[in-house]
Amino acid sequence: MTVDPKSPTTSESQRGSMNDLNLSQLVEGRGDAQAETGNALRADVQNLNFWYGDFQALKGINLPVHDKKVTALIGASGCGKSTLLRCFNRMHDLYRNNRYDGAINLYPEGDNIVGPKTDPMLIRLRVGMVFQKPNPFPKSIYENVAAGLRIRGINKRSVLDDKVEAALTGAALWTEVKDRLGESAYGLSGGQQQRLCIARALAPEPELLLLDEPTSALDPIATAKVEDLIEKLADTITILIVTHNMQQAARISDHVGYMHLGEMVEFDLASRIFVKPQKEQTRAYVTGRFG
Amino acid sequence: MKSYSQIVQGNKRTDATFVAAGLVLLLIAMLTLLALIFDLASQGIPRLSWDFLTNFPSRRAARAGILSSWVGTSLVMIVTAALAIPLGVAAGVYLEEYAPKNWVTDVIEINVTNLAGVPSIIYGLLALGLFVYGLNMGQTVLVAGMVLALLILPIVIVATREGIRSLPQSMREGSYALGADQWQTVSRHILPSARPAILTGAIVGLSRAIGETAPVITIGALTFIAFLPPSPVQDTIPFINFDWLESPFSLLPIQMFNWISRPQASFHVNAAAAGLVLLSMTLLMNSVAIYIRYRLRKVL
Repeated sequence: MTVDPKSPTTSESQRGSMNDLNLSQLVEGRGDAQAETGNALRADVQNLNFWYGDFQALKGINLPVHDKKVTALIGASGCGKSTLLRCFNRMHDLYRNNRYDGAINLYPEGDNIVGPKTDPMLIRLRVGMVFQKPNPFPKSIYENVAAGLRIRGINKRSVLDDKVEAALTGAALWTEVKDRLGESAYGLSGGQQQRLCIARALAPEPELLLLDEPTSALDPIATAKVEDLIEKLADTITILIVTHNMQQAARISDHVGYMHLGEMVEFDLASRIFVKPQKEQTRAYVTGRFG
Repeated sequence: MKSYSQIVQGNKRTDATFVAAGLVLLLIAMLTLLALIFDLASQGIPRLSWDFLTNFPSRRAARAGILSSWVGTSLVMIVTAALAIPLGVAAGVYLEEYAPKNWVTDVIEINVTNLAGVPSIIYGLLALGLFVYGLNMGQTVLVAGMVLALLILPIVIVATREGIRSLPQSMREGSYALGADQWQTVSRHILPSARPAILTGAIVGLSRAIGETAPVITIGALTFIAFLPPSPVQDTIPFINFDWLESPFSLLPIQMFNWISRPQASFHVNAAAAGLVLLSMTLLMNSVAIYIRYRLRKVL
């Protein structure tokens, strides 16, 4: 979202008005009364701070994640949105010198995900994740989807068969791969691989699904398929998604958090963030006049 | 200033020079190797026969065979592989996946890498002092397998670590994100993916071990042995036995060394023929590894 430096006024206003129009059209029909009054929370971030060594990447973040809604995190590169997402399944624990402070309560129990006494493995059994680049395992399509189930001790063929089919159907991939389940996952196209990764995350029926820019490595057609899928999934599952693409956030999310330099600038219904944000900073970003 | 076409021409010249130089160097290496093999083959092939493989050594060159030494080499290789591969892979996995990254592991890493460069006779002396005299294990197949295993352990460890290190971090993240613990991640994803690299390292190590002479001479390999170790398989329950581990042994390189140091030319021919057998055993081992690797790739 760079601005032509030669004629800032005209291009800014044009882009701004066009964007306003596009985004408000996209979010039309969202942010209904039910969402506004707020339904149950699936997770709740409270005053979360996070450090990579000495560098504080997240500063006092607060964010509600509504149950069975799509919550999108937007912001410029390096604003901390992926860092925040990766706190939800304690991915940062894989690397040294990372430190959490604060709380992410995972409901209904209200366990603190980032609490020092919480076992990250327990959290990861409840919270699924899909990464920016498709990362299927070098195994068959079937075994990729079954991987999470096997970790949970499910090894009975009939149960696996059912759950693998359900997950692949849920990820809108079943019809494409049902005749080649035994073939390598590496033989799939990029978009199919990413939907396979979604199926892999869905198979164990997670309570919360984290998506870290899931379409940034995909072409527009594959992106559209994944977006359709996300909208459909939100009927049954809570989704937290990081995206670079504001049109995408407008198309698929119910709530949006705008982050800047490690802080949560504004959180609201998607319809408000993209049409009449409260903060000038947010407005500048969503209209493409980031500065 | 040079024109673009001049620059392109210059680049092409550099390119062509490098290709030519590379080709010449490659030819030098290949021709030397081919000359060696040709020399060995022209001497040895006429001597190769079924009798040569099934006769024990003899004072008369024409009746001498390599039965005890090729059987000895095979048995020692089995022991070496059975010890070095599991130990080396386990050590490599531990160092790469489990060990905390601090100065202790740094020191261990430097030492493991350096161990690969220690002259093999030093390992022979270590084995002589520790296994043969210290633990009183005698001059057996087991001790020979152990010393050769020690010798190639660093090679297997380094190959395992390199193989694991080359795997993308996204694979680990994918596994952990599903809720896997460390062992599940290692056993289901890391090790299977690193298997080709580990296999290559194991074969490089075994190929080195099969031709080693110095350390096995040090621990007392026999050069004249007219009996075979007890068979590992038997026709009574439990059908296998491990008495062969306790047996004295000879090895192909030892036999060759012995023959080559005799004055009679006919024994030199025997040495060349034994060399061919040794070479074939190495190639056979390599081709098995290549086949397994190919199968693994296809399954994946």
